[in-house]
Amino acid sequence: MAKGNGNGNGSDQGAGIGTKVSERATKVWDDTRGSQAWNSIFRPGSIYRKGYTDSPRNRSYVIMNNVLFHLHPVKVKRHAVKVSYTLCLGGLSFFLFILLTVTGIFLMFFYRPTAQEAWQTVENLETAVAFGSLVRNMHRWAAHLMVLSVFLHMSRVFYHGAYKSPREFNWVIGVILLTLTLLLSFTGYLLPWDQLALWAVTVGTNMMGYTPVLGNQVKYALLGSKEIGTDTLLRWYVLHVLMLPFVIVIFMAVHFWRVRKDGGISGPL
Amino acid sequence: MAEVPEHLLRRSQERRKALGLPSDGDDAPAEPAAQPGAPGADAGADAPADVEAPEAAAAEDSGTPVTESVGGVPAHLLERSRKRKAAAAGGAAAEVGGGGTATATKAKAPAMTAGAPSGSGPGGHTQRLLTVVKAGSIQQTKAEAQDKVHTWPHLLAIEFASVMILLALVTIFSALVKAPLLGLADINQTPNPSKAPWYFLGLQELLTMFHPMVAGVTIPGIALGLLAVAPYVDKNPSNKPNDRKFAISMFTIFLMFWAILVIIGSFFRGEGFNFVFPWNNHVFFEL
Repeated sequence: MAKGNGNGNGSDQGAGIGTKVSERATKVWDDTRGSQAWNSIFRPGSIYRKGYTDSPRNRSYVIMNNVLFHLHPVKVKRHAVKVSYTLCLGGLSFFLFILLTVTGIFLMFFYRPTAQEAWQTVENLETAVAFGSLVRNMHRWAAHLMVLSVFLHMSRVFYHGAYKSPREFNWVIGVILLTLTLLLSFTGYLLPWDQLALWAVTVGTNMMGYTPVLGNQVKYALLGSKEIGTDTLLRWYVLHVLMLPFVIVIFMAVHFWRVRKDGGISGPL
Repeated sequence: MAEVPEHLLRRSQERRKALGLPSDGDDAPAEPAAQPGAPGADAGADAPADVEAPEAAAAEDSGTPVTESVGGVPAHLLERSRKRKAAAAGGAAAEVGGGGTATATKAKAPAMTAGAPSGSGPGGHTQRLLTVVKAGSIQQTKAEAQDKVHTWPHLLAIEFASVMILLALVTIFSALVKAPLLGLADINQTPNPSKAPWYFLGLQELLTMFHPMVAGVTIPGIALGLLAVAPYVDKNPSNKPNDRKFAISMFTIFLMFWAILVIIGSFFRGEGFNFVFPWNNHVFFEL
C-alpha cells in the first residue's frame, strides 16, 4: 500500500516537473511575445504577433506587414502569377544582382586592385581561400547569366507589348538598367588582370576611343592614363564595386516602384 | 460659439461692410450649428439649410403639444423634445439643434411648409463657397473587377521556388565549371585573336566591316537610342500579337541581327580574327 502510494507520488512528481517546464516555457514565450522589444520589431497585425492561420485576411497581413509590401501589392492579377507569362526573368535578374553583391563582397576581402598584386590575389583566392574558388566561379557565372536574363527580360517585355502606355518610361529605365548591367559586367572583366581581361578591355576601350570629337578624352577617362595599367585597374574597380552598383540600385528602385504604380505587370495578351 | 479666430471675424465684418451688407456680430463664416445661448432668431440662419429648416419648423411647433407621431418619429419623443425646447428660454431653435435629434431627423415636408428661413446670409445665400475643386485635380479611378489572387502564397511561393532553383543551378554549375583565369596580364604579349567579352563580340564583328567610329560608337548608340524610344514610336495601343506584326518582326530582326553577330564573333573567328568554322579548328572563345 505504502509502496503503491510512493510510486504514485513519484510518477505524479515527474508529471509535475514536466508540466512546470512546459508551463514556464509557455510563459517565457508569452512574455517575449508581449514584450516591448518584440512588439517594436513586428508591426501590429504581423503574423509574428498574432499567429498565422490560413485565411484571406492573414494572407493580406503577410504582405502588408512585411518589407516586401514595397515590391508586391497584397493581390496580383491571376495571369501575372503564371510562370509561363514572365518566366520570372525580371525577378531572377534582381536575385542575380543580390547574389552578385553577396559573392562580390566576399571577393573584395581578398582582392587588391593594383597591377602588381591583382592577379596574385585572385590566384590565392582560387587556391588558398576556403570556398574562394567556388565563390569566384559563382560570381563569374552569375554575372554572365545576369546579362543574359536582363536581355531576355527585355525581349519578353517587348513581345508582350508591355512597354506601352502607361509603361513607356519604365521601359526607358529598363534600357538604362540593361546598359548599366553591361557596364558592370565589363568593368568586372578587367579585375582578374589576366591575359583575357587585359586584351578584352583593350579591344573595348580602343573602340570607345573612336567616339566622335571626344575620342581621346573618353579613352583617357576610361583608362585613367595613356595606357592600361594600375590607374585603369583602380578606376574600374571603384566603378565596379561602388559607383555602378550605387547607380543601378537607384534605377532598380525606380523601376520596381513604377511596376507597382503602373498597375503591376501588363495584362494578358 | 464655435471658436472662430478673431481675424476671420474681423475680415468678415470688413467684407460685409465693403459689399454694403448688414453686418451683425454673430455672423461667423461657416458656423456649423447654433449653440445654446446664441441669439435665437439669428442662430438658425447660419446653419446649413437642411438642418435649419426642421429647426425653424420645430420652433413654430413648439407652442402646441404633440400628440401624433410625425414622419415615423414616435409621439412621446416629439412631445419630450417640445418640452425641452420650451424649457430652454430664448434659445428654442438652438436647443433643437443641440439636443433634440428626434426633431432634426423629421421628414422634410414640414420644413417646406415653414417657408424660407428667417435670416439668410448675404444675397440670400446660406452657404459659402470655400473653394472650387476642378474635375481634373481629382484622380480618376476606373475600378474594373479583376481576377486577382493573393500575393502570399501564390506569387511568393513561385518566386521563392524559382530563386532556390536558380541558386542551386548556379552553385552546382560553379562547383563543376571553373571560371577562366589565364596567365598574368602582359601588355607585350598580344593573344591571337584578342576578343572582347561575348556581349560585345557583335560590336567587334562590326569592326571588321566598318570604320571603328561607326562600328564601336555610332551603331551601338543608335541601337540603344532606338530601344529607348521604341514605346514612343510604336503608337499601336494593342498588345495582341496579331495586331503587332510589324513591331514584332522589327524587334525579332533586331534581336537576330545581334545574336548572329555575337555568334559569328564568338565561334567563327579564329587567328587574326579571320573567319573559321568552329568544327575545323580550335574554338577561340572564353567566358
